Amino acid sequence: MKKLLILGAGTAGTMMAAKMRRALPRAEWSVTIVDQDDDHLYQPGLLFIPFGVYDESDVVRPRSRYVPRGVELLLSGIDVIEPEESRVRLGDGTLVDYDFLVIATGSRIVPEETDGLTGPGWQKNVFDFYTLDGATKLHRALEDFTGGRLVLNVAEMPIKCPVAPLEFLFLADWYFHERGIRDRVELVYATPLDGAFTKPVASARLGSLLEDKGIRVETLFNAGSVDSEKRILSSWDEREVDYDLLVTVPTNMGAEVIERSDLGDELGFVPTDRNTLQAQVAPNVFVIGDATDLPSSKAGSVAHFQGEILEHNLLAAVAGKELAPDFDGHANCFVETGFGKALLIDFNYDVEPLPGRFPLAKVGPMKLLEESRMNHWGKLAFRWIYWNQLLAGREIPLVQAQLSMKGKETTAAAQAA
Amino acid sequence: MTTATIAGVQVDLDAEGFMTDPKQWTKEIAETIARDNGIDPLTQKHWQVIDFCRADNEAKGTPPTVRRITKQTGISTKEMYQLFPKGPGVLSSKIAGLTKPKGCI
Repeated sequence: MKKLLILGAGTAGTMMAAKMRRALPRAEWSVTIVDQDDDHLYQPGLLFIPFGVYDESDVVRPRSRYVPRGVELLLSGIDVIEPEESRVRLGDGTLVDYDFLVIATGSRIVPEETDGLTGPGWQKNVFDFYTLDGATKLHRALEDFTGGRLVLNVAEMPIKCPVAPLEFLFLADWYFHERGIRDRVELVYATPLDGAFTKPVASARLGSLLEDKGIRVETLFNAGSVDSEKRILSSWDEREVDYDLLVTVPTNMGAEVIERSDLGDELGFVPTDRNTLQAQVAPNVFVIGDATDLPSSKAGSVAHFQGEILEHNLLAAVAGKELAPDFDGHANCFVETGFGKALLIDFNYDVEPLPGRFPLAKVGPMKLLEESRMNHWGKLAFRWIYWNQLLAGREIPLVQAQLSMKGKETTAAAQAA
Repeated sequence: MTTATIAGVQVDLDAEGFMTDPKQWTKEIAETIARDNGIDPLTQKHWQVIDFCRADNEAKGTPPTVRRITKQTGISTKEMYQLFPKGPGVLSSKIAGLTKPKGCI
């Protein structure tokens, strides 16, 4: 019996378990997936928790329910990966060997990386929303907030879901409007980037949305330290921003097991071939989702698009055939903009987010880089798609793994250049 | 893309003044760009960073982030800001004749 081992039962790992169980003959292959607990977190939902739109019951379900029959689920920590032995040692010392390994261990926030961030004000005047605990406590803090300066800071790039900080601010603007205290709240976005986003056309559009909503942007702000007693956020180049409430997106790093196994880069992300998804460390190891070191977004849509290519390449590797260099960095993200609207961006390694229609030219129904109610409904409907289609490794109609230029207005890019 | 003459060498530059071909780079170009950005002279520590950036770019195909520079060279982030004020990642890359480091998305 040959063995496929998947580390991590989050979005990418669960999806791959479903795909590979269907694709590999049961008589010849076992499929095993490992995760430390049985709580599958719908991560896109975390954004809505601080504003009371969702609560815990909307975003957590048992992992075991989504791991398909015929796949063994081990609930255990992972101590170390030993690629030269083709085996993994679990938290309790059990050795699990494999013929092929898929690393889908994701990314996590490490607030300790910023001096003072987890000091006396942690979860009192400083909150994250990338964990269920952080998002839930931030909800309470927002309910108690009666006015003052709310600063959102991104500590360092890359982060999971690079549009989440913008969405948080757009939703905060809406939330304080609804409560009738928007005029008493100052919203500030302190970002290490030189604009609202990393790519020019989207950066201009999202930047003007921030401006319209009266959100101040501090660009090229590299957070050096936080003094949560004095409520001051300082940058390495000695700029200071006072705050009443600090919402932080701390440094994102790969799983600790990656560092323990000496398999990561300086942030604990696994060096991966940008087109085939094969790990650089060994030919029988592949990487998917947030765990890679690729310059693509750390987002569920990316894991979904990678999934199709990884399935193909795992089967090719099993058969001793050449891998297909087909992953193009494709990402597709809804950006919630508040007041029941959202915009949509679709891009890859080479093509930046452009305006237009999606997925069908002229018809849409989604609009790219433009606010609409339909986009907002798309974002909310995505939760159903996530649990029922995405985790089961099924394709989403009309949306291909590789970016399509259908419906995109290429003149916008030319004008910005 | 434009061309310009820096320290007597004709080089290709992008819209933000970053060199697009690291092979056109010389030590004199580094000194000139540094001077234009208020760094004069380039000390041994500066050169340690510049040499690392060039070697890493050669190996990885992309200029290193500040975190990577500090981890690999042992120079602290605080020191990096003293050596290359304002934006050490962007400035070290520019002086080393490399493209602008991309904020990954």
